[in-house]
Amino acid sequence: MSAIRVPIVEKIFDANDQIAHQNKQLMAQNHVYAINIMASPGAGKTSFILQTIKHLQSEFKIGVIEGDTAAVTIDADKVAAAGMPAVQINTGGECHLDASMISNALPQLPLDELDLVIVENVGNLICPAAFDLGTTINLLVASVPEGDDKPYKYPNIYRGLNVLVINKTDLKPYVQFDMDYFTRGVQLLNPGLTTFPVSCRTGEGIAPWIEWLKAEILASRQG
Amino acid sequence: MHELSVTESILSIASEYAQKAEAKKVTDIHLVIGRLSSIVDDSVQFYWDFVAEDSICRGAKLHFERIPAMLKCQDCDFTYEITERLTPCPKCGGYNTAIVSGEEFYLDSIEIEKEEVKNP
Ligand SMILES: Nc1nc2c(ncn2[C@@H]2O[C@H](COP(=O)(O)OP(=O)(O)O)[C@@H](O)[C@H]2O)c(=O)[nH]1
Ligand SMILES: [Mg+2]
Ligand SMILES: [Zn+2]
Repeated sequence: MSAIRVPIVEKIFDANDQIAHQNKQLMAQNHVYAINIMASPGAGKTSFILQTIKHLQSEFKIGVIEGDTAAVTIDADKVAAAGMPAVQINTGGECHLDASMISNALPQLPLDELDLVIVENVGNLICPAAFDLGTTINLLVASVPEGDDKPYKYPNIYRGLNVLVINKTDLKPYVQFDMDYFTRGVQLLNPGLTTFPVSCRTGEGIAPWIEWLKAEILASRQG
Repeated sequence: MHELSVTESILSIASEYAQKAEAKKVTDIHLVIGRLSSIVDDSVQFYWDFVAEDSICRGAKLHFERIPAMLKCQDCDFTYEITERLTPCPKCGGYNTAIVSGEEFYLDSIEIEKEEVKNP
């Protein structure tokens, strides 16, 4: 027997990243803009998706991939009730979605008819950050009652973000939340991150997000 | 935590390279993990024995090289390490920083045993 060292230097997430890349290509071919929505449980992912659908459904055809384990079928039903095609992923207790789950879900949507696919990731601030899904953008819904120290405690998830939504701003009068401290933490990790403070309850702040997203979807078609 | 799927990935990469190198057995696996990557090496170790049981990597020892999380202040050029919590620049108090290291997560190398080539 002889001992040999074999150099590898391969990223552990390479396999996932490759499938994510295929997802991205499939969606690009179909001119679909896709959003991966991450958050801790209860931050308002579903509420935010429903708000987005409400404001865009007259102009765009939207599909939803539901990976939230908290309320297994209810969320998908709510979305389907809004008249949009939805796929529920059974994550089997996994703490995140990965690219292969998306790759299995995509053929269940009428991609050629869709303009936008919204993915609701599993409610978790740690694991989803590591798994690229191949969406056009990664978006985090943070919420005021979670506290202003989240970026300092969960730096990872803020790194790969394209958009940050700060939800439940209607609760600001009732909870200690230093917006300055919060955004400075975000700045440390992701300088210049596009940020929308909103309230899905009152609808405040939703309009600028919708304008931004519309412009993005249209620009992605030209590009 | 997602360490189970991570551990399965490690096994699949290591096994692939071991087969290519015509290994008889994998004895050691060297991983590089940055402090900022959300991987808990204890749980990778915990899953490893289950996951690797029926494979060429059975019994291989996992080695973790941890890379410190380093930030560099863009205002005063001071470089500092983050251990527990994210902090602004300790020298000038600035928030204008860039991450220098700590996000690594890769399989660096494996050590294998091969059957000695017999003389004809
Ligand atoms: N006060 C307030 N409550 C909200 C807001 N957005 C969502 N909620 C509530 O927060 C709870 C969790 O929302 P949901 O959208 O299901 O969160 P998810 O688990 O991230 O999908 C529900 O009771 C929502 O009604 C908001 O802007 N303000
Ligand atoms: Mg939900
Ligand atoms: Zn400084």
